[in-house]
Amino acid sequence: MSVTAAEIEQVFREQYGRSVAVLVRLCGSIDAAEEAVQDAFTAALQRWPSAGLPPSPAGWIITAARNRAIDVARREASRESRHDLAALHEPADDCEEFDMDMHAIRDDRLRLIFTCCHPALALESQVALTLRLLGGLSTPEIARAFLVPETTMGQRIVRAKGKIRDAKIPFRIPEHAELQARVAAVLAVVYLVFNEGYTAKSGERLLRADLCEEAIRLTRQVSDLMPGEGEVKGLLALMLLTDARRAARVGVDNSLIPLAEQDRALWDSSLIEEGLSLVRHCVAANRPGYYQLQAAIQAVHCSAAGAGQTDWQQVVALYDQLADLTRSPIVELNRAVAVAEVHGPEAALALVEALTLDRYHLFHAIRADLLVRLKRPREAVAAYDAAIARSENRAEREFLGRKRNASLELFS
Amino acid sequence: MQHYLLSIYQPEGPTPAPSVLQNIMRDVNALRQEMQQADAWVFSGGLHAPSTATVLRVQGDSVLTTDGPFLEAKEHIGGFTIVKAPDLDAALEWGRRLAKATTLPIEVRPFRDGGDR
Repeated sequence: MSVTAAEIEQVFREQYGRSVAVLVRLCGSIDAAEEAVQDAFTAALQRWPSAGLPPSPAGWIITAARNRAIDVARREASRESRHDLAALHEPADDCEEFDMDMHAIRDDRLRLIFTCCHPALALESQVALTLRLLGGLSTPEIARAFLVPETTMGQRIVRAKGKIRDAKIPFRIPEHAELQARVAAVLAVVYLVFNEGYTAKSGERLLRADLCEEAIRLTRQVSDLMPGEGEVKGLLALMLLTDARRAARVGVDNSLIPLAEQDRALWDSSLIEEGLSLVRHCVAANRPGYYQLQAAIQAVHCSAAGAGQTDWQQVVALYDQLADLTRSPIVELNRAVAVAEVHGPEAALALVEALTLDRYHLFHAIRADLLVRLKRPREAVAAYDAAIARSENRAEREFLGRKRNASLELFS
Repeated sequence: MQHYLLSIYQPEGPTPAPSVLQNIMRDVNALRQEMQQADAWVFSGGLHAPSTATVLRVQGDSVLTTDGPFLEAKEHIGGFTIVKAPDLDAALEWGRRLAKATTLPIEVRPFRDGGDR
């Protein structure tokens, strides 16, 4: 059976992170690990098209990369000292076992995730390294996704890898006392990747689906690695329930369609089913957290047959919990939207106007919506203008512009 | 073992009241003893004010001597500790404790080549 380059590419995306993680343990260096894995895939590209896919592509890649790393170390050792060679030979001997040992690989990947998301690295570097080393994205791909020049992203990654090497950021799973904070840091990184994909901060395309899929894939990995962590499940559920509405959220002309107006038949029912099931697990475990509560709110929306059937009381109750937990004005803003549905726009507007979120475009957009409902068109138009001025996304600006013009017509 | 420089950043301005300073010195000394017992301590010292500094700069064939610190800044290094640690996490933990003891920001920076001499 012949294998196409596209299929090898697929294996590359799926296995790159796993292979690099194992090789980092063997080489103790990210650069050496990446180089060995790249070489292994180059060898696969030459061999697999004629020889066919091996029974375990991942095992093949890891073994080839390991052999490659040993070769490189041997060459360096003959040049420098015999000492390094001995150090590398030793773990190599149990390589036949680790090919099978999913536990060891699992721990290798966990260690690498925690290293990539180490608090001693800047958040933007954490994101870049995670996408690169665990997601297998190339530097140009990451640069494109975050709309920064390739050289900037390249330097960012090189600098971060240099800090890991020189400052000796360890490859290890954090101890119990710090585990929760470190898991939260990992989740913050993947959530940032997801949000960047969901509403591109700036630029033309509203959705960058590849980033959303990458974030979901990474969260699935973390969830497999730490099945007991409620917040990991919560984040996965939140992403699935949000991503399930992707097709309904964007119109044919790439315009944004709000939740209430979406064609629910376009929602991805299997993603919703999976998300709801995760939320049920979280609710049963009864250890609510930031992501779990947000997922629960999305679950209420996704369970409603139509926008009119939404259980807003339940949404408000969940936002109450979330507001208690976070004390975040953005949560308060979203809570106000639900309050409008239960207690009316007047009560909601009072909540919104008590917030100091002038720089946030959605603050003005939500205020504008409430002013329309309160039949105060002049203020509504001004608020839409403020929202448009602060939005960096074209589709969002156009959506707000349409609402602004509609509110003008409504009262003229 | 990797060596790390823990720099203590001190703001410009008057020194704290003697009673406050006394507590700080007690905590810093206790931490130093703990570092020594853990065989992590390499060296430490406090520095006089930047106004006591002298800068030497090569100019052609001669070396120019000027009064004052190299950089005028709102913060300056008030002292430092060198620790040896297996990795950054361990060094950061000492740094965290030094920050609490001194009540000042600590910069943790690795030495080149591990720092072993």
